[in-house]
Amino acid sequence: MLDWPFLTDVLGQLLSGLPLTLQLAALSLSIGFALAVFVAGAAGSAFAPLRWAAKAHVELFRGTPLLLQIFLIYYGLGQIAPLRHSALWPFLREPYWCAILALALNTSAYTAEIIRGAIQAVPAHEIEAGRACGMSGLLLRRRIIWPIALRQGLAVYGSEAILMIKATSLASIITLTELTGIAHKLISSTYRIFEIFIVTGAIYLALTFLMSAAFALLERQLQAHHAHRRA
Amino acid sequence: MASASRPAAADNASTVPAIAVDGLHKRYGAIEVLKGIDFRAHEGEVISILGASGSGKSTFLRCLNLLELPSAGRLQIFGEQVDLRQSGDALHIGNRRQVDRLRTQVAMVFQNFCLWSHMTVLENLMEAPIHVQRRGRGEVREEAEAMLRRVGLIDRAKAYPAQLSGGQQQRAAIARALVMKPRGLLFDEPTSALDPELVGEVLKVMRDLAAEGRTMLIVTHEMAFARDVSSRIVFLEQGRIKAEGLPLDLFRGGVNERFDQFISRFNQA
Repeated sequence: MLDWPFLTDVLGQLLSGLPLTLQLAALSLSIGFALAVFVAGAAGSAFAPLRWAAKAHVELFRGTPLLLQIFLIYYGLGQIAPLRHSALWPFLREPYWCAILALALNTSAYTAEIIRGAIQAVPAHEIEAGRACGMSGLLLRRRIIWPIALRQGLAVYGSEAILMIKATSLASIITLTELTGIAHKLISSTYRIFEIFIVTGAIYLALTFLMSAAFALLERQLQAHHAHRRA
Repeated sequence: MASASRPAAADNASTVPAIAVDGLHKRYGAIEVLKGIDFRAHEGEVISILGASGSGKSTFLRCLNLLELPSAGRLQIFGEQVDLRQSGDALHIGNRRQVDRLRTQVAMVFQNFCLWSHMTVLENLMEAPIHVQRRGRGEVREEAEAMLRRVGLIDRAKAYPAQLSGGQQQRAAIARALVMKPRGLLFDEPTSALDPELVGEVLKVMRDLAAEGRTMLIVTHEMAFARDVSSRIVFLEQGRIKAEGLPLDLFRGGVNERFDQFISRFNQA
């Protein structure tokens, strides 16, 4: 039989970790996206060293486990003496900022590739039509290239955002008491692994479901030009 | 007949040409697509540019609004010298703003319509006048709706390009060009991507424009249209102008052997 009073108690305690989970996801996604815009820009640069740097960034953060990146940033950066004495140290010694840094760097690599792919997929003839109407530079990007790329990349980026929500659970490894961290604590005091992880999983599922719904809604808004395909 | 009532090029010889091209060359690596073209178009002329595939006619047209950058030569648009600068073996654009401005004066209609897929038909029409020419939204909207009425698409104003037929898309693309109030229009095989039954509706719009005395340069394979509507024919072969003249003269035959061969191949097909 299900122990409802226990489950509601667990749910209440777990939900106290929800704000931290949401913060980690929201901050790392925003910082990661901003970073990705630069990386994608560098990847398309005419200046070869910039392209190499962008490529290296992508390969490095996409090609190593996120858990390792979190460890390296949390435990590793403290070994670098100059960093310990720098103005950044108040941030970098906090597990909170280390987790955000690792998550942001990791998602920036994937997002940069999503952006690069989306921009490459903008049909050349639509760009040419923009040029033929007297658009160039930022105007052409702002009015034609980016809006079309956004529509191309949105679905894939939605998956990336969902991956990041789940990835925040790794922050529990470096002492953060977000959802998974609280779940661990509850388990070590009650040993009721099954129920606690089930409730934890249900919360993540609810979060990612909301995220999918938000992206689906956004897609619907932006893809009005393909509305006839849905029918 | 439309061509008879149009002013011949010679009548305008003293005025500034709408488009003046001198010694235009275009190379892609070792391949020379345009081998020295001298050309004048005067205001109000409707010029059909004919030639076999690979003759360079589309490249020539695209050089006129700098979608292709000439390798050598001089280009004047409505009396304004286009700032092209020599760098090594090629030309490059000297003044980006000038090119952007001139492109709104010689608007282009493409073979594959090239409407922006993420905008409605009306938004497609209003885009450049508002964001490039910085005209007022209200005025532009009225103008755009008037153009859509004119090309028979006012009831599709809120549709997206993917929801239109090819002929409707091309008519919308022509309307998009017209809303910019260009002084000249370039058509790059405007009916070549259309199903045969949709060609007529696009040609009708173009006929009406020609009858208004608009300056039009048309790369086309529609021989009947070229013969009946244009005031002058320019025939390109292997990157050079091989024949030029009134459609009645050229189509009668005997003026230029190469042109006659080209036409006879068409008639056989």
